[in-house]
Amino acid sequence: MTQKSSGFFNWINSRLPIVNTYERHLSKHPVPKKVNFWYMFGALASVVLIIQIVSGIWLMFGYENTEEGAFASIEYIMRDIEYGWVIRYMHTTGASMFFAVVYLHMFRGLLYGSYHKPRELVWVFGMTIYLVMMAEGFLGYVLPYGQMSYWGAQVIISLFGAIPFIGESLEIWVRGDYYISGATISRFFALHVVALPLILIALVFMHLVALHEVGAGNPEGVDIEKHLDEDGVPLDSIPFFPYKVLNALVAIGIFGIVFSIIMFFFPEGGGYMLELANFEEANPLVTPEHIAPVWYYSPYYAMLRAVPDKLGGLVVMGAAIAILFVVPWLDRSKAASIRYKGILSKIAMTIFIISWLMLAWLGTVPVTALRTTLSIIGTIIYFAFFLLMPIYTSIEKTKPVPERL
Amino acid sequence: MEEKITTRRKVLIGMTSAVGAVGASLAVVPFIASWNPSAKAKAVGGPVKVDVSKMQVGQKIQVAWRKQPVFVIRHSKEALAGLSKVESKLDDPSSLKIDEPYRDVNPTRSTSNEYTVIAGVCTHLGCAPKYYPEMESQPWDESWVGGFFCPCHGSMFDIVGRVFKGVPAPTNLKVPPHYFDGSILIIGEERGTA
Repeated sequence: MTQKSSGFFNWINSRLPIVNTYERHLSKHPVPKKVNFWYMFGALASVVLIIQIVSGIWLMFGYENTEEGAFASIEYIMRDIEYGWVIRYMHTTGASMFFAVVYLHMFRGLLYGSYHKPRELVWVFGMTIYLVMMAEGFLGYVLPYGQMSYWGAQVIISLFGAIPFIGESLEIWVRGDYYISGATISRFFALHVVALPLILIALVFMHLVALHEVGAGNPEGVDIEKHLDEDGVPLDSIPFFPYKVLNALVAIGIFGIVFSIIMFFFPEGGGYMLELANFEEANPLVTPEHIAPVWYYSPYYAMLRAVPDKLGGLVVMGAAIAILFVVPWLDRSKAASIRYKGILSKIAMTIFIISWLMLAWLGTVPVTALRTTLSIIGTIIYFAFFLLMPIYTSIEKTKPVPERL
Repeated sequence: MEEKITTRRKVLIGMTSAVGAVGASLAVVPFIASWNPSAKAKAVGGPVKVDVSKMQVGQKIQVAWRKQPVFVIRHSKEALAGLSKVESKLDDPSSLKIDEPYRDVNPTRSTSNEYTVIAGVCTHLGCAPKYYPEMESQPWDESWVGGFFCPCHGSMFDIVGRVFKGVPAPTNLKVPPHYFDGSILIIGEERGTA
């Protein structure tokens, strides 16, 4: 290819590895020939990341990061800037869709054991991305400085206060004031638009580098590296470009339709994506009747509320996220995919899904005695699913995993 | 000779690393310290005055001090008489776990024997608790004896802000520095410090 290229292209290519990179990561990068729709959410997540970066830059043109001006500047974007409402709803819908596709992407990982050897680091980088996303989403939600922004921030920052000894000073340090104020907004703004996106992009890069090093998995859990042709290419693979890229374009098209319907017709998502109380300016003296996080934090919020102890609640919530990082070492099963795992894994997975969805619902509704009990049960199931994983995945009988895909 | 050079290199690497590490950790200081409250933030927060004589018995009003809610409640004699009865439900009836400014002065926890002055900031995660003075069954407690309920995470406090057992809030609501000058309540200052 290099010989046939023009002199100019040659000149560039001998200084910048265009052809090499194109071949290594696109035209000659082998991916399993048979996967299903669950394998599309990674591509969709990168599309949403781009949407968030572009719409975020455009929002910055109109946003004011001060205590007095923040709320009014959002109204200004919504009403006075041409198509400002599209840009803003694109960003808010994008936030929810980001979590939606990432949750589905993570669930795919659990379902088909995408974290199995040698993909442990891919999973760990992915979990770090999820962690940074949670921080990014929280910081962004504070910026409009509505009632939920203020009280959400009040609750989350107060979590630092639960840390023994240094808690109270840490709270003041994070806020930059004795209460949430302009200092808090301006630092949250800087973190939201510069610091965390940089970290996020770096992590996504590492996630992809690690993935391309070990190759993508498949729903059968078959190791396609075992059977290679004479050139060392897996027999059960096809090149990433054009096959997978064109495949992904279909998914992106469908996703674009869903995204647009939500953005244009249901941008508030029934109060789960943009909470109604946030259409009111922050009032430090009045807590809204009912404080609930947006839907993507709600399972963890339910866990926080389930524990009748300040520090305990924080520890449980942190542990719920932390435990996800070590899943590659908790699953002892010989089979990666749920298709070849035993009955215990299937039962555990089913109960886990039900309890996670129940916690997600509980986190959005007001507390009652019964709901607190349900939250405690859900929290126990959540942890049992992971902590008992080494036991039930090693004692159960798995089906033999096929040699070929 | 060869060995001498290697040792020399090791010493030099060790020394430069040590100096570099000290320099790097000192360079972090301004970045960390700049997140502390600024001089401007430290300067605000003067005391507020409020005339409490027009309050009805049993009424609760809310005053903003340092942009945070402070609750002032005027108790009836019956309500104050009932305070000792709820003590079995409380986690820390005598406020021993916190730095109580006016300990053992009045059952109201304030410097007055009629009014309670407490910070309206839940000691769990900072929401403003709501006042439900009536003794009647509530969704969160069937045998509710009146007091404050935090809508965020369900913490409960009695009518003078003492925390119940078995709720997420770890301590009683704080009592801010205050004093009464006749019917004028001054929040944010002790008597004689002005």
